[in-house]
Amino acid sequence: MVDTQVTLCGLPLSNPLIPASGTFGYGQEFAQLYDIDLLGTFSFKGTTAQPRFGNPTPRIAETMGGMLNAVGLQNPGVEAVVGEELPALAKIFHKPVMANVCGSTVEEYVTVAERLAACPQVGWLEVNISCPNVHAGGLAFGTTSQGAAQVTEAVKRVAGDKPVIMKLSPNVTDITEIARACAGAGADGLSLINTLLGMRLDLCRRRPLLGNTTGGLSGGAVFPIALRMVWQVYEAVKLPIVGMGGVETARDVIEMMMAGATAVGVGAANLTDPYACKRIIEELPQVMEELGIGSLKEIIGGAHHG
Amino acid sequence: MKENLFVLRENVPLTGSVWQMDLEGDTSAITAPGQFVNLRLEGKFLRRPISVCDVEGDRLRLVYKVVGEGTRAMSGYEPGKSLDLLTGLGNGYDLAPAGDRPLLVGGGVGVPPLYLLCRRLVQQGRRPHVVLGFPSLEEAFYQREFLDLGATVDLWTQDGSNGQKGLVTDGMKAAGEYTYVYTCGPEPMLKAVWQLSETSGQFSFEERMGCGFGACMGCSCKTKYGSKRICKDGPVLVKEEILW
Repeated sequence: MVDTQVTLCGLPLSNPLIPASGTFGYGQEFAQLYDIDLLGTFSFKGTTAQPRFGNPTPRIAETMGGMLNAVGLQNPGVEAVVGEELPALAKIFHKPVMANVCGSTVEEYVTVAERLAACPQVGWLEVNISCPNVHAGGLAFGTTSQGAAQVTEAVKRVAGDKPVIMKLSPNVTDITEIARACAGAGADGLSLINTLLGMRLDLCRRRPLLGNTTGGLSGGAVFPIALRMVWQVYEAVKLPIVGMGGVETARDVIEMMMAGATAVGVGAANLTDPYACKRIIEELPQVMEELGIGSLKEIIGGAHHG
Repeated sequence: MKENLFVLRENVPLTGSVWQMDLEGDTSAITAPGQFVNLRLEGKFLRRPISVCDVEGDRLRLVYKVVGEGTRAMSGYEPGKSLDLLTGLGNGYDLAPAGDRPLLVGGGVGVPPLYLLCRRLVQQGRRPHVVLGFPSLEEAFYQREFLDLGATVDLWTQDGSNGQKGLVTDGMKAAGEYTYVYTCGPEPMLKAVWQLSETSGQFSFEERMGCGFGACMGCSCKTKYGSKRICKDGPVLVKEEILW
């Protein structure tokens, strides 16, 4: 029997799989397809203080080996999440959930984080300082060490005993600088990568294809970039990492963990294959046996040694 | 929603750019006309949402327009090929409010979902009046199929090549009395139908989608009753909730 358990910031996960924020809604659509309790946990849709409609459509475009999205953090606002989504989630998911916190000011991050940290269902706060699709805040905090540290510190103050995981952007010169800033400001963990800024044109209209002009690239095409950044951040800081970006198979999960990830996010794959996470979780034991891995805990960062 | 493998039985052109695909597989998740399926294509990341034109037993018919690389690849698929489909997506049309003489207004590649709707309305003993609009006679399709269902059919072309020059809105003005409106087509057409319609109705929208089943918020639109996902809460919206 192989052991797929890992521990993320003190909380156990039955396996390292975490559907990434924005690709899993609040769990309802997927719970109609399979028992979502088989997930390690999932990160729910990025939540702001007030309801947000997001960007004009089109919000989605095809790319080679992936996709662009420019949804722009559409969400019903933290009060509706606490009052409606979390009670509905309690009926279909019986593990601690990861709450994804967004904001356009430090004060907004604090408001949302404080409200969500107080919910017993929430196991971790994942703080999104890396959304490329909102024009105020978000990415602005994630691209400077000072901004990242400022949000980390402020959220930590109101997070109580909930671990604070800062979600980092790949759209920076050196991701290890931002990682160190978050670590220095008290972050309990890091998740990376958010999407890479990109765009496409509509050749008939001779205009940007996306309503927001630019969008975030995700899908299999970004896996090597994500892996490289997880590798670099693992060497730079001593925090647990949720590695994500283009993960589509059990082998990708293991590769991400050997590069330094404690847990592994799955994003775009959920959209093209709604059973992606279930399939990966079911594949894991067999792939572990093939590779002679007895326990996943033991391979975290394993490729760095020797 | 179900994910199933279907076998392609036939794939033939109806016009220069519109194709008809017959598939065999488990259609049990398809519960209403106006729903769509999401096809996985080799070498493409995103699935392609295509409306259901007809379904009967284990047979599924899709009519699609070649508009880009994905649909071009689809047009080259040979019978016998296995295709991965998510089926039973979207709300579809509600037949209950149709009345005795519903008006069905279709433009271009918006016509196909109206076919199954029309067939079901006829089965219920209603007398649908179908107004179809195309750029030219060369690009028109399915007028014969609607006639064969026993519906009244008016074909309008923008260049007048079929002898009846005009838009579907001209067809609506000439249609006489009707009890309800069902429509699908490009957004400017939907808006014109919305403005001209004298009864309530149901309008089927199109949008670029990420997942097709409500998870990603890629295809949201604003309505009078808050934001809705075209893929999950639509693609059919009722007249009274639509904001332009």
